[in-house]
Amino acid sequence: MALSPGSGPGYRSRAMPLRASLTPDHRPSPVVAVDALGRRYGVRRALGDVSLAVHAGECLALFGPNGAGKTTLLRSLAGLLRPSSGEVRLHGERLPGTPATRARVGLLSHHSMLYDALTVRENVAFAAALHGMGDEDPAIDATLARLDLAARALVPVRALSRGWQQRTSIARAIVHGPSLVLLDEPYTGLDVAGARALTALLRTLRDEGRALVLVTHDVNEGLELATHAAVLVDGRLVLHEPVAARDASAFADRYRRLTLGEAA
Amino acid sequence: MSAPPIDEAAPAARPADTADDARARRRAPSTLAVAWRLARKDLAIEYRTRSAFFASLTFSIIGVAIFYFVWDPTAVRAIDVAPGVLWTIFAFASLLGLHRAFAIELQTRAMDALLLAPVSREALFLGKAIANLVYVSAVLAITIPVAVLFYNLPIGTGLVVLAGIGVLAAIGMVSVGTLFSSMTVHTRFAELLLPMLALPFFIPVVVPAAQASARLLLGRPVSEVADWLQLLAAFDVIFFTACLLLFPLTIED
Repeated sequence: MALSPGSGPGYRSRAMPLRASLTPDHRPSPVVAVDALGRRYGVRRALGDVSLAVHAGECLALFGPNGAGKTTLLRSLAGLLRPSSGEVRLHGERLPGTPATRARVGLLSHHSMLYDALTVRENVAFAAALHGMGDEDPAIDATLARLDLAARALVPVRALSRGWQQRTSIARAIVHGPSLVLLDEPYTGLDVAGARALTALLRTLRDEGRALVLVTHDVNEGLELATHAAVLVDGRLVLHEPVAARDASAFADRYRRLTLGEAA
Repeated sequence: MSAPPIDEAAPAARPADTADDARARRRAPSTLAVAWRLARKDLAIEYRTRSAFFASLTFSIIGVAIFYFVWDPTAVRAIDVAPGVLWTIFAFASLLGLHRAFAIELQTRAMDALLLAPVSREALFLGKAIANLVYVSAVLAITIPVAVLFYNLPIGTGLVVLAGIGVLAAIGMVSVGTLFSSMTVHTRFAELLLPMLALPFFIPVVVPAAQASARLLLGRPVSEVADWLQLLAAFDVIFFTACLLLFPLTIED
């Protein structure tokens, strides 16, 4: 029973992103824009000269082998890492930006970012409180209901399975209504049904007009949602293009060639 | 994630337009509101796990007992040895819990959520410091009566002043401990590094606290220890202000 685009009251066509301000050439300005981003850890280069943009209603699937710099890029997009060179702009403001700018980002890390001793609702309510929402804000219970967490609202997170913890993490990340949702390996630890449910939710978020950046190893899962795909290898963006045809196997072949250097 | 999947019938909580409107209407929470919310969260976690509190309390009681059994009452009066014992044990017991202040934020990288939130870094320091102050004061509230019982200290109305000295000392220790906990939590040997860094800064707090409480236990009037209390309060102000200002440097990339 997955959500389909247009099925919920929050549906908006991807062709009509909400609140997208227009640039002089009438293209919507991107939610997040990365320009010649570089990041070093000591002498090691984690990212070099990465440029990309994600608009409202778009989902960028970011692929790459281990150590390619995907997580570094995601944390840079969140403003958690300062660039060594280049810049990241969120809604036109250079990150790390003001607190109000940071509030427009939702981050789902491959760590749960939850407190095990607190209940599901307490975790989500605490995240909401940090964004100026009250403990009884209707958005909290609505978010829990949306992720089918209402029945588990009073269960401590430590008593939940990995999959339900992941749902709680998603609720924590989106309860404040971010316009940019960053997802680092969101499918880790999920079974088939859970992965399908997560894909349905992310599709809804995308169709609501949020910008998504999805880091994943799984080409099929990534392309199911993506409007654009990018491949990072050794900190460099070697591919960044719209996903026109959902031909996962052809993309997977290209991805293998790019990352492993296999012959065509 | 197992079945059932996400409820199709559930309404979208915040479509992007209403989410933007709601976000625009929301005011960023005040520093004090965030600090209090963070402190409540930390205290709720500590209340449910009770790990740091019981570790500190056990350390305190065993420490007082060990000092009691190696003490020769014919050589040194209880009133001379008790203040030093009390404040030494209190300083070390505090450190056991202070490390946990930021360790709980790193277990699942919840610190990232705090850093992404539209809150000031000072609010995070204040929240952690308030929770630490409550926790350290709770340890002290039990350790003082234990020390009074073991050493049969002549205490009456002085207990209130002694408690006041304890709170003053705790403010200084908590300020320093919270800052260094944030600094060291990312290191491999955080639990060793925190005492090494923090204890030298505890000395200016422990010395006036011990001096003031020793005089009070001897039955001297409060006016006689006013200088020590002023010194203690001055170190509190200096440490708290310095740590508040330095804290953002310890958590930014």
